[in-house]
Amino acid sequence: MLKKTVLNAAHRALNARMVDFGGWDMPVNYGSQIEEHHAVRKDCGMFDVSHMCPVDLVGADCRPFLSRLVANDVAKLTVSGKALYAAMLNETGGVIDDLIIYFLTDTRFRIVVNAGTADKDLAWMQAKAAEWKMDVTITQRRDGAGNLGIIAVQGPNARAKVWQVLPQVKAASEGLKPFFAAEVDQYFIASTGYTGEDGYEIMLPAGEAEAVWNALKDAGVAPCGLGARDTLRLEAGMNLYGQDMDETVSPLDAGLAWTVAIKDARDFVGKAALTAAGQQKQFLGLILLDKGVLRGHQKVVTAQGEGEITSGSFSPTLQQSIALARLPLGVAIGDEVEVDIRGKLLKARVSKPVFARNGKAVV
Amino acid sequence: MSNVPSNLKYAASHEWVLKNADGTVTVGISDHAQEALGDLVFVELPEVGAHYAAEKEIAVVESVKAAADVYAPIAGTVTEVNQAAVDAPESVNADAYAAWLFKMTPDNLADVDALLDAAAYQAVADAA
Repeated sequence: MLKKTVLNAAHRALNARMVDFGGWDMPVNYGSQIEEHHAVRKDCGMFDVSHMCPVDLVGADCRPFLSRLVANDVAKLTVSGKALYAAMLNETGGVIDDLIIYFLTDTRFRIVVNAGTADKDLAWMQAKAAEWKMDVTITQRRDGAGNLGIIAVQGPNARAKVWQVLPQVKAASEGLKPFFAAEVDQYFIASTGYTGEDGYEIMLPAGEAEAVWNALKDAGVAPCGLGARDTLRLEAGMNLYGQDMDETVSPLDAGLAWTVAIKDARDFVGKAALTAAGQQKQFLGLILLDKGVLRGHQKVVTAQGEGEITSGSFSPTLQQSIALARLPLGVAIGDEVEVDIRGKLLKARVSKPVFARNGKAVV
Repeated sequence: MSNVPSNLKYAASHEWVLKNADGTVTVGISDHAQEALGDLVFVELPEVGAHYAAEKEIAVVESVKAAADVYAPIAGTVTEVNQAAVDAPESVNADAYAAWLFKMTPDNLADVDALLDAAAYQAVADAA
C-alpha cells in the first residue's frame, strides 16, 4: 500500500502521472517535465514535498545534541531563523542522511529529513539522544496528529506569488536572505529549496495544504513533479541522497566537504573515520559532448583511472546531457574523458558540479 | 487514456507496426509508451541493411527520466530510418504514430498478422 501525501487528491485532479517513489504515491509530472523545469527557471513552479519529514527538537540540550550528531557545526547558527545544511554520519563516516537544520531558539530547532530515510533517521536520533543522556524531545511532524504539509514554491517570481496567496506572511518573509526561515502563526516560511532558484519552502498544517496549493495554482504557479525537481537539482549541482551518497560513501568523496566542519576541536559521529580516510575521490560535473544521455552508474574512463556517474540526465537549460560523478583524484576541470554508454565510449568534458542557477547556465 | 489506432498492429513491448503497400512495414512506439517515458530527448536508430530477429533490441529511446529499448516486433531487415525523429525526439511525444522510427522488410509478412490488434494491445497498456 503506497503512502499518500495530503495533496494526493489535488495531484490526481490535475491528471498528474503518478509513480511509486520510495513507497510514496507521488507526481512525476503533470504533462511535460521539461516545461515544468523551464517554468521554475523562468517564472514560478511548485512541488509537493510533503513526503519529506519535519522533525522538531525541543529541550535544553538541542545545541550540544546537534553538535555531536551532524558533521556541520551548529555553532554557525547564531541568528534565529538561520538554516544549516548538514550530513548525519555513521561511525564509519558514511552518510545516514543529508538534512536541513533550522535554528529557532536555543531550546527549539526544526530539522527536515528525506522521505525514504525518515524512519531510520528518527531511530538513530532517538538512540543517540538516549546514549548521550541529552535533554531533547524528538518529534516527527509528517504523520498523525499535528502533521505538516510542505509546498516548495520556486522560481524568480515565487516570492511575489506566495505573498499574493498568503499576504499575512509578506512582512516576515520579504527580508529573508537565502537559507533562513520565519514563523508566522501556523506557517513556517523558509527561503530554502532544491532547484537553484529563489523561492520558499512552506510548511503548514496538513489540513490547509490543499487550499493553499489550489490558490497558488489559481495565481499562475505551475504544478511541477518530481521529474522536474530532479533535473533542476542536478543542474544546480545539489546532491540526491541514495544516488550521490549513501551510508557507504564519505561526504568528502561526495562533494560535501564544504558541509564538514572538521578542523576545530568539536567531536561528531564519523569524525575519526573521516580524519583517518581523508578524501579518496573528487565529485565533479560532466557535460556530454557526443549525443546521448548520461545516467547513474555509467563508468567514466579518465587518464587517472575509472570513475562512476552518480546522477545523470538531460539538462533542459543547457540542451545537452549532464551528470555528477565520482572521479579519481588528479582529474581536472576541463579534461576530456569517456563514458561507457551501452558499450560505446562517448566523449564528455569535466566541469564544476554546478550547471545552472538563477535562470542561467553557469558552465 | 492513450490513443491506440485500430488500423495498426502492436507488440506487447509497445511498438506499433503498419503494413505498407510495397511489402515493407513501418515501426514506431505507441502513444502509451511515449506517455510513460515522458519528454524524449534522444533517439538511436539501427543501421539500414541490418537484420534483426523478432524481439531483439533494435533502437533506443531516452526521455529525461529513463532509457528504454525498442524491440524488433518481427524478424526482418531495416530498409529506412526516420532521421527526423533523431533530430527532434520530441516529435515522438507530439504524435507517436506520425513520428515513425524505422521501416523493415519482414522475413515473413504473415508475422505481422500474428501481432496484437488494437483491442488486445489496449488491454496490455491498461495492465501496465
